[in-house]
Order: sequence, then structure tokens, then C-alpha cells
Amino acid sequence: MAAGVAAWLPFARAAAIGWMPVANCPMPLAPTEKNKRQDELIILNVSGRRFQTWRTTLERYPDTLLGSTEKEFFFNEDTKEYFFDRDPEVFRCILNFYRTGKLHYPRYECISAYDEELAFYGILPEIIGDCCYEEYKDRKRENAERLMDDNDSENNQEGSMPSLSFRQTMWRAFENPHTSTLALVFYYVTGFFIAVSVITNVVETVPCGTVPGNKELPCGERYAVAFFCLDTACVMIFTVEYLLRLFAAPSRYRFIRSVMSIIDVVAIMPYYIGLVMTNNEDVSGAFVTLRVFRVFRIFKFSRHSQGLRILGYTLKSCASELGFLLFSLTMAIIIFATVMFYAEKGSSASKFTSIPASFWYTIVTMTTLGYGDMVPKTIAGKIFGSICSLSGVLVIALPVPVIVSNFSRIYHQNQRADKRRAQKKARLARIRVAKTGSSNAYLHSKRNGLLNEALELTGSTEEEQHMTKGTSLIESQHHHLLHCLEKTTVSTNTIPPPRPGLCAWHGLPMDKVPTECSEVALGQAHPVPGVCQRGWF
Amino acid sequence: MSGCRKRCKREILKFAQYLLRLITGSLHTDTVEDEMEMATVRHRPEALELLEAQSKFTKKELQILYRGFKNECPSGVVNEETFKEIYSQFFPQGDSTTYAHFLFNAFDTDHNGSVSFEDFVMGLSILLRGTVQEKLNWAFNLYDINKDGYITKEEMLDIMKAIYDMMGKCTYPVLKEDAPRQHVETFFQKMDKNKDGVVTIDEFIESCQKDENIMRSMQLFENVI
Repeated sequence: MAAGVAAWLPFARAAAIGWMPVANCPMPLAPTEKNKRQDELIILNVSGRRFQTWRTTLERYPDTLLGSTEKEFFFNEDTKEYFFDRDPEVFRCILNFYRTGKLHYPRYECISAYDEELAFYGILPEIIGDCCYEEYKDRKRENAERLMDDNDSENNQEGSMPSLSFRQTMWRAFENPHTSTLALVFYYVTGFFIAVSVITNVVETVPCGTVPGNKELPCGERYAVAFFCLDTACVMIFTVEYLLRLFAAPSRYRFIRSVMSIIDVVAIMPYYIGLVMTNNEDVSGAFVTLRVFRVFRIFKFSRHSQGLRILGYTLKSCASELGFLLFSLTMAIIIFATVMFYAEKGSSASKFTSIPASFWYTIVTMTTLGYGDMVPKTIAGKIFGSICSLSGVLVIALPVPVIVSNFSRIYHQNQRADKRRAQKKARLARIRVAKTGSSNAYLHSKRNGLLNEALELTGSTEEEQHMTKGTSLIESQHHHLLHCLEKTTVSTNTIPPPRPGLCAWHGLPMDKVPTECSEVALGQAHPVPGVCQRGWF
Repeated sequence: MSGCRKRCKREILKFAQYLLRLITGSLHTDTVEDEMEMATVRHRPEALELLEAQSKFTKKELQILYRGFKNECPSGVVNEETFKEIYSQFFPQGDSTTYAHFLFNAFDTDHNGSVSFEDFVMGLSILLRGTVQEKLNWAFNLYDINKDGYITKEEMLDIMKAIYDMMGKCTYPVLKEDAPRQHVETFFQKMDKNKDGVVTIDEFIESCQKDENIMRSMQLFENVI
């Protein structure tokens, strides 16, 4: 039953008197109210900010911390209030939940802090009201993605993973060129050869010089052998690279299906097909067309450029917008082509010979290219032509911002991921330093502890105070804990027995030796010269 | 005919306005006609002392009642919809809307369509702290739907059906279809002394006072607050 409705219970019970005269049989007894407490104000002190509410308000939700007897654990006898050492800002929302029955999520609050507070007070996040639920879920999803990103990058960049097989090292070298110098070299070499290959393809077609016979030859035919050698070299490198990747891939089937490997195959196939088919004259036309595929080598650059990858990813994620753009363009083209065709049918020597022929005019006009090879001559044609170009601008401009915003979002996400990775590295380094610092502190404190005992025995108190002021209570308790662990785990057999009757280190009779003596002397050097007269034998 | 013409004129005017806005490119704004003045109902109850004098509750009890009331209805009045909602939350297994309707009419003594805090307190005062006579009077008022001073068989049947509807289908044993009608027959046999087909207030009170069960059950809900 909702909390607010509980307030109406007296009314409902009172209204039940309406049934009484009609009833045929006696009614059951009413429940007696045991321990009927007067409703009292209780004070909730959250980090100094005092909130007050009725006890019954909190008891509306008995399965939460504040509604159950769990809050008694936080009761402060001296001040007669419940003290919680938590965030008072979030507590405001939580108390409002008790008052109004609706839990709201403040937008300025960090999602994980909010979740923690909810968990502390025993409130399920699912009861967040409809007004704030969407926002909450969005933020939560974002956070989860970020955490997943972090985990992924963590896994990818594991420090020195021991015992990787040769295959695995190779695959890692291929995927992250920065792991080893050899990988980096390989990376740059392949990049260089891709560039060489692409430039070769381009330069091949440039006319360079004339051959006697007044015919301009493209460079490709003039220096055919040189270009062929270059091409062969590039293709060999690409083939070797592809085979190596295939060998190193953890899942070959998945590798073969991946986009990059398809690009690789398409890049080198024309060469091999060309090798096989040079002698056959019939298909040489097809062979020439196959050369076009060599340009796909340029896509191999996407392994080397993150920006290119982001672009590809954006296009993939905006597939629906692109599809819509294409569809609406097609519709508009067909409509306008038809209209233009019929409008221009009357004019003589019109270039609009058929509707498909008008397609060309429509596309050129809608994209505002306006080559001018096809121009309407009738008035109606001109009117419709202008409408066509106006609408073309609109139709193209609509989906473009969506694609742009997608690209921007993905690009910034990538930037953030890189920044986070760098920050994480710095953070881990700092943690490592802190850890070594604390273990050093522990060793230091042990030495000081010994020193204190030595000083106690020798009776000088000022130096003792000077030694202990460096450690706080928590630190000393922590060190004591580590000490106990040491004592538990260190075996006592390795200690050579002291000289009978006297502790060598302290020069004292055995019954007066502090217990730490024998254990500490195991690995510690003599801490302070001059305190003890004897060394350890 | 004139209404039709007026409507036509209004439509044409709206269309002309729309065209004008389209051509001049003005942004879409809410037309004045659409803005209905939402009359915000704010009702403040009478002073605490006055209510205390008029009803049989103590100050503290009135405070508790009002806090709960105001929490649920910040505007200060309850309308029938809220009544029905509240009742349906208490009795989820059946359909309590009819009974809530009757109950609302019983609480709404001045018949203005809303129950203010005073009405609420007055009703509760009778139900919880009133004499048996007052309670029976109130129950009679509830059953007498058209408030003419007589309970007819039809009115009783409506009330009975409403009560049975509230119960829903979750009774054991499963009630038959004409259970309300039979119940009404039993009721009239008991209450209608002169067998004239209607029950007056005196007959009602007399018969109830003779029935021990009813007397006892009237005392049941006294310590509700």
C-alpha cells in the first residue's frame, strides 16, 4: 500500500460503518493498538545538517534503513538524535522520498555517489519516479559504458603478461605497434609500402614524355618493367603481412571475416589474377578493370590512422540516416525527373529525351552542382527546375547534422578514452609509490618501536617521544597488524639461539629481553649506532 | 442553423489566421482560445479552535488528520476521483468505485462536488465519536441515495451491489449472482416493520437498536485515530 494512502486509513476504517447495518453476522474484533506511541518528531543529523520529521513518516517504508530498527544503530544517546556521517545533499532527496512517496534524481549529482547513498539507506533505485527515471538510466548506462571502456583498455594494455606464446606475442605486436620496436618497424614499413603502392598506381597513368610516333604514353607503359617490379615488391610485402596476420590471429575464421582482412585480400588479388591471366586476350579488358581494385590499397591506411577508423565507424553507426537520405533523394529524383520530362516534352531539341535521362539533370540540380549540360527551356520547366534545386538543398541538409553530431560524439569519446588511459597510468604509478611508501613507513616504525623499547630500558624519555610523534594512531595500529602477520608467518626455526643467559643484542639477561628482539634481528641492520654495545653474532 | 454558420465562420477565421502565420513565418504560439483559465482551487479550513468546538476531536487529533489530508490533497479539497482512487487502493480485489461514489455523496453534505476538510472532519467525528443514534443516522443517510427520507428496495439493491462489487470475485465460497438481491430481501424483512416496501429512518434506527450484532459492530472503529 502506498505510503500516502496510509494516511487515509482512519477514514476508510470509519467509513466501514456503512456496512455494519447490512451485515448479517457479527464482525471480528478490532485489533488493539499496543504501544500506541504519540507521533513524535525525530531529529536526523546528517553531517551536521539537522533534518526533522515525524516518526510515522519514516515508518512508511519499513524495509529501508530509516524505516526499520536499523537506524537505532546510529542513535546518539547524548544528543538524542540519529547521526549519519553521509552527504546531506543526497539525504534531502531521500527524505523527500519518505515524505512524498516519490524518489527523485537530482541532475547535478554524480550517479555513482547517488547509487552509493541509495544502497546505504536501503532504497532500491527502481522506485525512482517517472520524472527522473529516464535521466537516471541514461546516466547509469553512460557510466557503465565508461567503466567497460576502462576495463577493456586495461585488458588490452596489461603490463608485462608473462608466458605468452609466440603466436600471441605476434598478434599483440600487430594490434598494438607500440609494444615493441620490431612491431613499430613493421608498422612503419607497411605504411611506407602502402604509400608507395598508391603513388605508383597514380603516377602510372600520368603521361610522361613522347615516344617517336607522336603518341603520348603514360608512364606506366613507358617504364613498364620498373612499375612492375615496384608492384611486385609491394604485393609481396602485403602478402607476407597478410599471411603473418592470418597465422597470428587467435581466431582465424573471425579474422578472415573482418573488414580489414577483406580489404587486404582485395588489394592483392588483382595482381595475382593478373599474373594468371596475362596471356588470355579475351579477358584482358576485364583485367584492366581489375586494376581499379588496386586503389583499395589506400584503405589499408585505416590501420595506421585512427581518424579514418572513426570516420568509418561513424558511417556505420549512421547507416540509418544515410539510408534515409538515399531513399528520400531517390524519391525526389524520380518525382522531379518525371515532372521535368513532361514539362520539357514540348520544347524542340530538348535534351530530356526520357525520364531516366532526366535523372541526370535532377541529380545535378538537387545537389546544386549545375553542370549546365542539360538545361530546361520552357517556362514550366524552369519553374519546376527551380523548385527542384530548392528542395534538393533541403533534402540533403536534413540528415547531415545527425551524421556530423554522431561523428563528433564518437571522436570526443575516443579522445576521452585516450585521456582516461593516460590518467589511469599516472594514477597507478602514484598508487605504486604510495604502497612502497607505506611499506617503508612500516619498516621505519619497526625500527622506531625497537628503539623505543631500547630507550625505555635505558630510561631516556625525551628521545622516545621524539621517535613516536611521527606515527598516528591509525598508522601504529596498521603497523601492529602487519607485525602480527609477520609473526604468524615467519617460521621461528631460522633464528639461531642466542648466547645462553644473555641476549647478545641488548646485552641484557634473557628474562628482560623484549620479545621483538630475536625476530627483528633476523633481517634488520643495526638501526642506531651507539645504543647497543654489542653486535649480533 | 445559426450555430452551424457561427462555427463555419470560426473555422474560416482560424484557417485564415493559420495561412497568415504560415506566410509571415511567425512562430507557433498558443492561441488565446486554447488557454483555459485553470481555476486553482485553494481551500483553507476554518480555525483549529472552531473545528475543535464543532467536532468531537482533540486538537492533536485534528492536527494529525489535517496533516494527512493536506499531504494527499494540497489544494484543500477532495473530489470524487480522489475518493475513488483512495478506496480502490484499499480494496484492490474488487471494483469499489460505486461504493466510493455513494460514500462521497454522504460526506459531501453541501453537495458542491468536493469534500473540504470541514466536511471530512464532521463526517469522521460522527463516525468515530458520535452516539449510536448519530451513527445510525449517518448510515441511513448513506443508504438513502436520493435523500428523500426513505430507503427503497432499488436504493438498497444499488448499495448492496456496490458492497458486493467491492468484494470482487475473491470470496469463499463463490457468491452467486443474485446474492445481493437475496441480501436485500433479508434486510428488508428485518427492517421494514410495516411492510410498505420502504424503510424510514425511525424503522431503521429501531430495528438496528434491537439487533445486538449491529450494536456491537457500531462500537468497533472507535479508536481509529
